[in-house]
Amino acid sequence: MDKTPEQINEELLYPLYHASWRFYIAVAILGSLVVAAFAAWGYQIYYGLGMSGLNRPVFWAFYITNFVFWIGISHAGTLISAILRVCNAGWRRPVTRCAEAITVFSLLIAGMFPLIHLGRPWLAFWLIPYPSERGIWPQFRSALLWDFFAISTYLIGSVTFLLLPSFPDFALVRDRATGWRQRIYNVAALGWRGTPKQWHRLEMAMRIMAVAIIPVAVSVHTIVSWDFAMAPVPGWHSTIFGPYFVAGAIFSGIAALIIAMALLRKTLHLEEYLKPVHFDNLGKLLLLMSLLWFYFVFAERLTTWYGNFPSDMPAFWLTQEGRFSKLFWTMVFCNFLIPAPILAIKSLRTKVGWTVVASIPIIVGMWLERFLIIVPSLSHMYLPYNYGSYSPSWVEITITVGTFAAMGLLYLLFSRVVPIISIWELKLGIHKTEASAFLASQEPVEQP
Amino acid sequence: MHWIRIERYYEGDFPEIKMKYRPVLCQQCNNAPCEPVCPTYASYHNAEGLNAQVYSRCIGTRYCGAACPYLVRFFNYLNPVWDKPLELQLNPDVSERSVGIMEKCTFCIQRIKSAEIDAKAEKRPLKDGEFNPACVQSCPTEAMVFGDLNDPESKVSRLSRSNRGTTLLSELGTHPVVTYLKRDTWQNGQNT
Repeated sequence: MDKTPEQINEELLYPLYHASWRFYIAVAILGSLVVAAFAAWGYQIYYGLGMSGLNRPVFWAFYITNFVFWIGISHAGTLISAILRVCNAGWRRPVTRCAEAITVFSLLIAGMFPLIHLGRPWLAFWLIPYPSERGIWPQFRSALLWDFFAISTYLIGSVTFLLLPSFPDFALVRDRATGWRQRIYNVAALGWRGTPKQWHRLEMAMRIMAVAIIPVAVSVHTIVSWDFAMAPVPGWHSTIFGPYFVAGAIFSGIAALIIAMALLRKTLHLEEYLKPVHFDNLGKLLLLMSLLWFYFVFAERLTTWYGNFPSDMPAFWLTQEGRFSKLFWTMVFCNFLIPAPILAIKSLRTKVGWTVVASIPIIVGMWLERFLIIVPSLSHMYLPYNYGSYSPSWVEITITVGTFAAMGLLYLLFSRVVPIISIWELKLGIHKTEASAFLASQEPVEQP
Repeated sequence: MHWIRIERYYEGDFPEIKMKYRPVLCQQCNNAPCEPVCPTYASYHNAEGLNAQVYSRCIGTRYCGAACPYLVRFFNYLNPVWDKPLELQLNPDVSERSVGIMEKCTFCIQRIKSAEIDAKAEKRPLKDGEFNPACVQSCPTEAMVFGDLNDPESKVSRLSRSNRGTTLLSELGTHPVVTYLKRDTWQNGQNT
């Protein structure tokens, strides 16, 4: 890259100052979908959960599907970015902030769903252990409570992880801005002046956070999977669920990251920053996760089928050849049969458009996977007299569509407020490459 | 919402069809899957061994409903409404459940408590069969028996020890306290 630092500043700060008419139209459309979702939620709170399609055997459905799905998407960011930081992968520099932002926003969305799903959401604060007038603590044996702690830890961690490397960039905006913009970024930069001591502390903090966030991310999705695995429901009570969910989360997360990066590249004209090599590298990771996902599904299905427990089989056959089989085979197509060949062929993987073609079905497929884990098992539990089924109501569909819109909206607004590519890290990368090139061109100094 | 349901199963092909039915209510498990999953202690084991549901603690996660293998927990998806004067049929001893909470068979805990209070007032122990839950009381053929399982001499204890006794989904290890007596014939010669 032979851009001067001033050019980089100009190009990457451009979206903070200019917005086209397309931006306002997108905000209006996405915003109205989000408002519609909130209206639907209000309607559901007022009239009760009966406005959803939930019923007696199927106590959990769309809302928990969305919850698990968005927690999965959140693994795009912090985990990928932390692993790449720990491995010191040089190509990560333009990718990290796009990824970390996905984590924060999808976690915020995912965190809404346990509330939307509650029968009495106004009492959700009872999950917090505080010395209350009721004189009881929350039930620490409940997987839902573990969830509550895991997600709040992950949210705090990933917000910190996103904000820490943003301070130098906020300071950059502050130094170049005037008026109200300067005042806002002055507060956001938290007095960053770029002294060696500050740089040293930032680097230290990032190193600690990158290592600390990896076990947190893995534990979060494991605990989400335990919400299912801890209950004696056929098809849920499985030891494979922890790793299976973590792998699926990283899988859907990378797919979301590729789509987000391609959109940013197109709309903010970042072609010279987010290059095909980044999509190629993420595509390799995605291919690995696709194969891993297929392995997990195969292992889980095969052992269930071979074990042939009478209580497991009704739900099993329901997904393989019964009412939910179309969704199941769509999922296999979306998660494996479409993306794996595309990503395995080098001439396709190195083209941005094809990686997006591979990623979009993965988002659909991973959503279906969460749905297929939850609903068929609940609808066909032990006593055949109680077999039931489920179809969503308009309230659930509106809220689900609204969350995708909310993700788009938050991301859109974020990319106009914070430089979506970490400017200082990018410059540091160039500087390091130049320094090493310079050193390599020198004659080795002979030791006396 | 019915806290007890009659499950019907059919055996054989028409016209040689045989119907079997089984009343299923909360099994009041000693090792209940619904209890540890509730994050707010709404579902808990009380000192008498009942699987109690504290309505005012319930926030409606429905985790207990998903975890219960017998599917005997019921969720209030809507606010209950009674057109006047139907609200007069409500039992004043049973608390009304609002929208968004779980409810289930309580073994008519209001009758248990009232009998216990009466016995305490008269300074005597509870007698076996002194009171019954509504389902036991209303069954005309006395197909159901209720009593204290901790008392080895009570009628229900003796019946539950019989070799005709089975528990529902016993392979799950939930240790239900409800015992079903299987049908037996004189020919088997085991009718004790």
